[in-house]
Amino acid sequence: MSDPSVRVEDKLFYNRYLVDAGRAHIKVRPHTVPTAPLLSMLKLCPARCYEMNEAGQVEVTVDGCVECGTCRVVAEPSGDIEWTYPRGGYGVLFKFG
Amino acid sequence: MIEEKFDAIVVGAGMAGNAATLTLAQRGLKVLQLERGEYSGSKNVQGAILYADMLEKLVPDFREDAPLERHLVEQRFWMMDDNSHVGLHYRSEEFNEEKPNRYTIIRAQFDKWFSSKVKEAGATVLCETTVTELIQDAYGRVIGVRTDRAGGQIHADVVVLAEGVNGLLGTRAELRPRPKPENVALAVKEMHFLPRETIEARFNLKGDEGVVIEAAGTISRGMTGMGFIYANKECVSLGIGCLVSDFQKTGETPYGLLERFKSHPSVAPLIEGSEVKEYAAHLIPEGGFKAIPQLYGEGWVVVGDAAQLNNAIHREGSNLAMTSGRIAAEAIFQIKSRREPMTAKNLALYKAMLDESFVMKDMKKYKDMPALMHINSQNFFLTYPQLVSKAMQNFVRVDGTPKVEKEKRSLRAFVEARSWLGLFGDAFRIARAWR
Repeated sequence: MSDPSVRVEDKLFYNRYLVDAGRAHIKVRPHTVPTAPLLSMLKLCPARCYEMNEAGQVEVTVDGCVECGTCRVVAEPSGDIEWTYPRGGYGVLFKFG
Repeated sequence: MIEEKFDAIVVGAGMAGNAATLTLAQRGLKVLQLERGEYSGSKNVQGAILYADMLEKLVPDFREDAPLERHLVEQRFWMMDDNSHVGLHYRSEEFNEEKPNRYTIIRAQFDKWFSSKVKEAGATVLCETTVTELIQDAYGRVIGVRTDRAGGQIHADVVVLAEGVNGLLGTRAELRPRPKPENVALAVKEMHFLPRETIEARFNLKGDEGVVIEAAGTISRGMTGMGFIYANKECVSLGIGCLVSDFQKTGETPYGLLERFKSHPSVAPLIEGSEVKEYAAHLIPEGGFKAIPQLYGEGWVVVGDAAQLNNAIHREGSNLAMTSGRIAAEAIFQIKSRREPMTAKNLALYKAMLDESFVMKDMKKYKDMPALMHINSQNFFLTYPQLVSKAMQNFVRVDGTPKVEKEKRSLRAFVEARSWLGLFGDAFRIARAWR
């Protein structure tokens, strides 16, 4: 059971990012019904980048991504996602790490 | 386009990459280090504890100018249930020594300093550059890297892969497999800022003394995982991590665990009123000795987290990273000095030297621990902490029950939960895996 009071957006607000507009470093393979690995990312992604749209498909928005690689470990082997690093200098910029 | 050819290219500027680049440059090799962050440290995440001994081998006088937070005088282990913790604390005045053994650090600041030493030693450091691919010749030998910069092909005799736990290059080139969900933990962490005096009062510290709290128990909801609280000068690093495969099974969220850990009655007073300034997440290699991939090949070596070099029992990763980076560089230097090529046969020297070091000896010692902890996680992270807490409460609460009856009650609780066979089996398995 996850705590409904946790607002991940508020946590991400503390962080610095340089968003590479139009060049998402993670892409979800188009699908009609999401696979189990994709569905698990809805809860597993620490930045809640994965969300389900109204049509029941899983989408990713990488702006708040902290580049941990969890989705790569979980959903890349099945081909559900494509994972690359952001271009040099872009993405999350840790102040403390 | 960089036309010149290098003796070595190091991919990554974390602990392993900086140690390798520094050592290569100190030995006079022409070395290029590539880092995708805006500076060394910008993409790096750790608790973090620094082990002096391993850094002294690289920068003997590091205490003079390295950005260190607090030297550790106390270690606390907490076994937690929902309302309590049973603690084992070790504090010694002997840790207030001239050259302390362990420090807390803040990685973004420390790595920037480490990188300045790398540059002083003569290495070329190129940041904001993502390496996209290893260049291999017709025989599969690694001969350089391709980057995301225009015309970004660079050649070298050897490539040191210090690309971290989530390194893509080695996997893409099929030099090692992608980490499996059961071999990596996902940890989330927050930086809580408080006035220096408040931290010192709450953690019972004076001056630059520091303390580390490692916590296990019901905070991980039966998953294999641990929480940690590290006191820095003006902030507290607080986080929790569990195996990715366990998260998948339970459907728990990492931030949900973090919030529950923060609100635990033993933890909340330590961070009350703090200002959070960062939220980070990172994978930690947990597969141990059996998950270590091939460490070298034709024209390449892999070091640090990318090689799964992490001692999960002692919570040591950065020192294994630094040491493996240094040893790989020393092996490369030796081969270069003999004017021999960077073949797999010659680079096997790195593995041989690593085997002789504490790195592989420690990894080997605990080779059976991951399997034990990961398969029996419910017992070790849920059942036992609850039983121990109950037994402690039984021991200290005075309510007129005869002590003999109290002891019987505590023992009965253990036997009912795990059975005699289970208890002896667990004790035997731990002893065997620890040996």
